[in-house]
Amino acid sequence: MLGYYLDLALRSLRRNKALTALMVVAIALGIGASMTTLTVFYVLSGDPVPGKSDRLFFVQMDPQDMNGYTPGVEPPEQVTRLDAETLLRDGRGVRQALMAGGSVAIEPDREDLRPFYLRARYTSKDLFEMFDVPLRYGSAWGDAEDGDRARVAVISAALNDRLFDGADSTGGSIRLNQTTFRIVGVLDEWRPAPRFYDLTGTQYGEVEEVFLPFSTSRELSMSFSGNMSCWERYQGDQTESGAPCTWMQYWVELASPADAADYRAYLVNYYEQQSAAGRFERPTNVRLRDLMTWLEFKQVVPSDVRLQTWLAFAFLLVCLINTVGLLLAKFLRRSGEIGVRRALGASRRDILVQFLVEATVVGLAGGVLGLGLAWLGLWAVRQQPASYADLASLDPVMLATTFGLALAAGVLAGLLPAWRACRITPAIQLKSQ
Amino acid sequence: MNVHPILATLRRHKTAAGLIALEIALSCAIVSNAVFLIGDRLDRIRQPSGLAEAELVHFQLVGITRVEDPEAQAAEDIAALRAVPGVRSVATVNQIPFGNSSWYSSLNLEPEQQNPTMQVTTYVGSEDLLETMGLSLVSGRDFVPEEYVEFQQAQSDPEVVIPAVIVSRAVADRLFPGENPLGRSVYVWGAAPQRIVGVVEHLAKPNDIGGPSSEHTSVLMPVSAPVQYGINYLVRVDAGRRDGVLEEGVAALEAVNPSRIVLEDRTRTFEAFRDDYFQDDRAMAWLLVGVCVALLVVTALGIVGLASFWVQQRTRQIGIRRALGATRGQIIGYFQTENFLIATIGIAAGMVLAYAINGALMGRYELPRLPWYYLPLGAVVLWTLGQLSVLGPALRAAAVPPAVATRSV
Repeated sequence: MLGYYLDLALRSLRRNKALTALMVVAIALGIGASMTTLTVFYVLSGDPVPGKSDRLFFVQMDPQDMNGYTPGVEPPEQVTRLDAETLLRDGRGVRQALMAGGSVAIEPDREDLRPFYLRARYTSKDLFEMFDVPLRYGSAWGDAEDGDRARVAVISAALNDRLFDGADSTGGSIRLNQTTFRIVGVLDEWRPAPRFYDLTGTQYGEVEEVFLPFSTSRELSMSFSGNMSCWERYQGDQTESGAPCTWMQYWVELASPADAADYRAYLVNYYEQQSAAGRFERPTNVRLRDLMTWLEFKQVVPSDVRLQTWLAFAFLLVCLINTVGLLLAKFLRRSGEIGVRRALGASRRDILVQFLVEATVVGLAGGVLGLGLAWLGLWAVRQQPASYADLASLDPVMLATTFGLALAAGVLAGLLPAWRACRITPAIQLKSQ
Repeated sequence: MNVHPILATLRRHKTAAGLIALEIALSCAIVSNAVFLIGDRLDRIRQPSGLAEAELVHFQLVGITRVEDPEAQAAEDIAALRAVPGVRSVATVNQIPFGNSSWYSSLNLEPEQQNPTMQVTTYVGSEDLLETMGLSLVSGRDFVPEEYVEFQQAQSDPEVVIPAVIVSRAVADRLFPGENPLGRSVYVWGAAPQRIVGVVEHLAKPNDIGGPSSEHTSVLMPVSAPVQYGINYLVRVDAGRRDGVLEEGVAALEAVNPSRIVLEDRTRTFEAFRDDYFQDDRAMAWLLVGVCVALLVVTALGIVGLASFWVQQRTRQIGIRRALGATRGQIIGYFQTENFLIATIGIAAGMVLAYAINGALMGRYELPRLPWYYLPLGAVVLWTLGQLSVLGPALRAAAVPPAVATRSV
């Protein structure tokens, strides 16, 4: 029977080509727009360390003096170097790392390349294992290198391509800030979205091109780049360990999410010790958020992207209402035909199914076209200069969602018109013929 | 035109008419908010910075080797840049509006104050900075050479006194409303106060940190820009010579010291910085325009589609009316009035919805309330859209010959 209804539906749709095209295009536009924005939203709100993010925690504590203090204030986003180094020495997590952004000058050992500037990340060795960073060649450095302030570096795949044409460069050397560093590891493609570990800079930008031991970077006074906040007048280098400035991020990996309470207690204890020693002035103020909670708190998904998603779904709604209206008018115009079919023995259910099939065909055609439009829309997003642009592409999950949305849109749009059609009283229709 | 028969007909097509009205309501609500958002973005994109934007280019360099006397090198750089044809003035600077870096500081009115009076952004640079930026002084004067302090000294020597500050009008109005700010003391940098020696009309903040850049909570201080690691030059040129100066300027700077890296993405015209800074707003404004157009087109096509159906459905009745003496104009008028009634219901609902959406957006985006004149404007747009959409089907209805009434019985 369904085959017959399908045939009827196609005949009916063919009879009114312009109208059918209008309905299909309207649904396609709505679905195309909503899938484009939904995909961008989905990509930007994803889990950057899947399978592990509930065990990764971001540490905050408030080391500022009482100036400008208000109760319940959020502690600074970053920690001081002294606190970061102390927590790292205590090593209470399974893994932990302190880190900060920087920039270094590189003098390539190649005739065709002039010196250029690199974005760098100064960190302790656990960053790589803790964040599941994929390495193409070599490995991260170890405790010894952190302790010895060794001249070692892990470089990005892009930098390895640029300097060594993608060959295994581990064991080789690069010259950074006029110092020779040994390359111990080369990253594979790693593009966490958002760039969660340091949200003070570009939130969806690419990761740094070179990773160096933090201890080494301080010994060589490599330049810091990022957000620094100081709260009292301080004479001297603001990146010194005792400086009243927050500029570093501190991440810790725990064995299980349940260990967070213990770790928080440790932080509170640390804070109270510092208070007792007179270093901290404020009432105990620490935060320990897991990765996804932290991203949510920071509202990393740009508000424009949220607005766009809302807009697209409102647009889809208008397109659907449009289609419902047109289908309704179309179905009711066939009241005579329905009356005849009912008089000849078709049940209300038969009529309902027949018209739902027609509506679903419209919805599916719109969905397929909409998928094409979404693909086009995402291509357009990728041409945008936004830092997240290159991340926007369809994946299997979103493909399935599109298909489901199209099907739902078609059935939903057909439900009311088909219901009205099957309620038609055959007697009146036959009389009025 | 008697509306009773129209209302009677509409009552028989409640659902279809209701759907069109709903579509019009949603379009009206979304389009009026979208147009409002577009206006908001355009205001943002067009905000004045206070600088002579069309005449400015910016250079940024970073060193590879450590320089013995960076201040001397900066002086040499400035001389080299001044020698480039078309250059009018040159200054070192720490930050520019819509640039990539920003300095913030708290401003106090008392020496030992618990809570800062306000947050300001601090512009510092070499002696010709005010002139180079092209800022317009509302009152007071530029800094005099004796007031300048070297950055390294200001940073490390607690005894050093920075004697003067120039504030934006926004800062002056906030600190001393209705009073003359000149000669008043503020504490921005160091233990000693700074006296306000000048007020500039506009000076945008570098970015939106701590409030929109259009707030202009900015001050200028007579401190040289840091030159230790990287160095920024702001150069005011004849507008037509910007690209030439950029090219020749890089060559001149490399001649001073070749072992430096010129950062290409920071060595550009001021307008390029502005374009980059507002690119997301521009993209969003265009996207909103696209949504508005798409919504109006879909709504118009929906009206055309439904009206066409009704015309087909009522062909016989139209024929009868024509046979009974109705003119073509009356038939057209019937459909136009019908559309007007549906549109009016939709628009009325749309206005309520528009305010509801605006209320939700106000909470999230710090937007002001939708100005009242958007409502009549939106109503006129949708009424016009409805009338134009229904015109085609109405004309087709008017073309129905009276003979149809007799033929089809």
